[in-house]
Amino acid sequence: MTKWVLKGLQTGIKTTAYPDNVEPAAGVSPGRPRWASIFGGSAEEVVRRCPTGALSHTGQRISVDYRRCVHCFRCLRGLKIPLFWEPGYEWAASVSTEDSADRRIGKAFSHSLHIRFVDGGACGACLSEIEQINKPYYNIHRLGFFVTPTPREADIMLVAGPVTDHLRLPVRKAYEAMPRPKRVIAVGACALSGGVFGPSFASGAGIAEFIPVDIGVPGCPPPPLAIVHGLLLAVSRKPSASLLFRESTAERKT
Amino acid sequence: MMDKPLAHLGGLRNLLEEVARQWPEKIRVTPFLEKSLCQIECPASELVTVCSWLFAERGYSFAGLEVEDRISEWNLRYLFYGDLGDGQVHLLQRISKTEPSLPSISHRIHAADWHEREVEDLFGLAFEGHPRLGDFVLHEEWPEGVNPMRADFDARKPYPHREVDPEWRPLRVVQAPGAFMMPIGPVYSDFAESAHFLLETVGEDVIRTIPRFFYKYRGVEKIAEGRAVNQVLLLAERFSGSSAFAHSLAFCQAVEEISGLEVPERGKNLRLFLAELERLRHHVSAIAGICGSTALAVATSQASILEEELLRLSCALTGHRYLFGLNTPGGLAVDFSNEALQGLAATVQSLWEKLDELKEMLRFSSSFLDRLEEVGIVSQEQAVAYGLVGPVARASGIARDLRKALPYCSYEKVEMNVPCEIEGDGYARLRVLFSEAEESANLIRQVASSIPSGPVLSPAFPVPSGEALGWAEAPRGATFHWVRTEEDGRVARYRLITPSFTNWHGFHLAAEDFAFQDFPIIMATFGLSNAEADR
Repeated sequence: MTKWVLKGLQTGIKTTAYPDNVEPAAGVSPGRPRWASIFGGSAEEVVRRCPTGALSHTGQRISVDYRRCVHCFRCLRGLKIPLFWEPGYEWAASVSTEDSADRRIGKAFSHSLHIRFVDGGACGACLSEIEQINKPYYNIHRLGFFVTPTPREADIMLVAGPVTDHLRLPVRKAYEAMPRPKRVIAVGACALSGGVFGPSFASGAGIAEFIPVDIGVPGCPPPPLAIVHGLLLAVSRKPSASLLFRESTAERKT
Repeated sequence: MMDKPLAHLGGLRNLLEEVARQWPEKIRVTPFLEKSLCQIECPASELVTVCSWLFAERGYSFAGLEVEDRISEWNLRYLFYGDLGDGQVHLLQRISKTEPSLPSISHRIHAADWHEREVEDLFGLAFEGHPRLGDFVLHEEWPEGVNPMRADFDARKPYPHREVDPEWRPLRVVQAPGAFMMPIGPVYSDFAESAHFLLETVGEDVIRTIPRFFYKYRGVEKIAEGRAVNQVLLLAERFSGSSAFAHSLAFCQAVEEISGLEVPERGKNLRLFLAELERLRHHVSAIAGICGSTALAVATSQASILEEELLRLSCALTGHRYLFGLNTPGGLAVDFSNEALQGLAATVQSLWEKLDELKEMLRFSSSFLDRLEEVGIVSQEQAVAYGLVGPVARASGIARDLRKALPYCSYEKVEMNVPCEIEGDGYARLRVLFSEAEESANLIRQVASSIPSGPVLSPAFPVPSGEALGWAEAPRGATFHWVRTEEDGRVARYRLITPSFTNWHGFHLAAEDFAFQDFPIIMATFGLSNAEADR
């Protein structure tokens, strides 16, 4: 046993400095396309290349719907003038439409929280990124978040996947088993819009069809830091980003 | 080392002669030696004999069953593959739509069991003599007689389901004092995928394990129909995100075969490089899962650190942590500098050294070994009967690996070993994962040191109509992608045969007759994905 203790000590601390500082390491996020007020290339071609309808344009102005972006890089690669991709990971956004007592962040949400993950038909990449947040590099314990195996003890439910027909009932049951107040975080493009799978005969167009959603974390898959940002947003420790980026929303923010 | 495996095709030539001798006149054989492929057409009455002859006497593995709903008939394709030189054998069956059923082969080749159940559920085609059909992919809420894979089913609309009986309880088979039925899932454990297991236990012992899958059935094969190739590529990449590169590679190879596209040498080498990077990452993640299942905290952290470092490396080189958006029919969508590749290979080498150190520490941790040794045993006969693939099969003494058996990319030009163990227990599976991770690190170094220059992508092309099989040795084992395209270049049929589907079939062998608390460990040593199995 001693050798393992020594090994652990020898390895030292690997954990990211986020949210206190920006994470500078390379490869923590794939980045994503940025809206453009005046795009220098062919806006029509860029929008046509987008396979999921995440991009749209009015003249030379390009808007991005991050609920649909699946990081296929087709607006970046193989083009004479590509769309600019921005680095970063603070992508989570508040999507709450209800303002009931259940949904408001009270005192109960200012201390430590328990999280239950529910798989609504996720492909494995979202799942792997969610697992990372509980591993040494991201380690959500230090932020007061704990993973619980039962929805009955959970304050926050993380859901990934488009919610397949066979999982509608389990997802709903898990949600109903959670005590109030509770919040739901939709992780990934599939959970926000159905992604490349839904809507179809076998899956829905995201989890908002089945249970109320409070926070959306876009990405395919969203990097671990974006999921951490979603959790911090749930407890109001970080501000919200936006899922729909047009010039108007950007202006309002600045 | 041979440039082309043609000279090795002794096995396939011999097979042709043997078929002609044993079944004169009855069977039509069409060889495609340049593709190391042989197509056999036989009457339904001979189906079982020919299949079991290929499997039992010629040593072919059953890869899967591919069915197409054509205008007036059903087209069935039984896919077999052997070792290098034996190539592939496709056994074709054309059944008229008026014919209600055909004979089941699963009593002779158990590996076909789940394939026949799937076809019965999704196409409504019955297999005579199959002991257990119905309620497989589609759960009880689907009405009887609705078969979504049929050509006339509209995949775009949501389908109305029937109410299920809330009082329904599973039938208890084990009747003994203290017998207990333990349901696990579909929402269970910390980060588990959605799947359900019914464990029938007496005291500590698990007597029967009854898995129920397809909670994650997204109908990928159906929704691919009618889509353009570059749209289906997104599905191929994203239906199993943890092995995205291997699956998109198999799909792209099928499309390249249809269009007669030759991938440039540099593209082939880079594909090999990235496929091995993915395998390495997957194996490190599986090792972390095994350490986690035995609650060895420091080892779990050590492996998880390496996993995240590999994810960051992948992203820093290619832009995506799970290697999405790289494969495209004709090659790769992006090229990298030789310096970047060599830099990555050097980092991979240092990561491998850390992994090797972890392996040595685990090897001498008796509390850890006690949980793995002689637990979850799959014998070699069982592995052959179930047609298991990948690291799970290689831990039970089956060294068949598509990188060697049906070389693709530039695997025939590199030096690689296929690690193999014979015990078939959890520890053997762990050792295979470590050895394969080492092989992958070696391959990455080999390719980086001698990568040819040139383009990575063949010029753009319109996809003609045609059909072809693409394959790859995914991190979890052999995967086969069957693609048929129409004149307009759209995909008419996309069949996915995945290693998780194949290996989940054999999972109950390992989980039965072991103690209840071993269950999560056995599951971790299998390291399978439900997303990959359910599709």
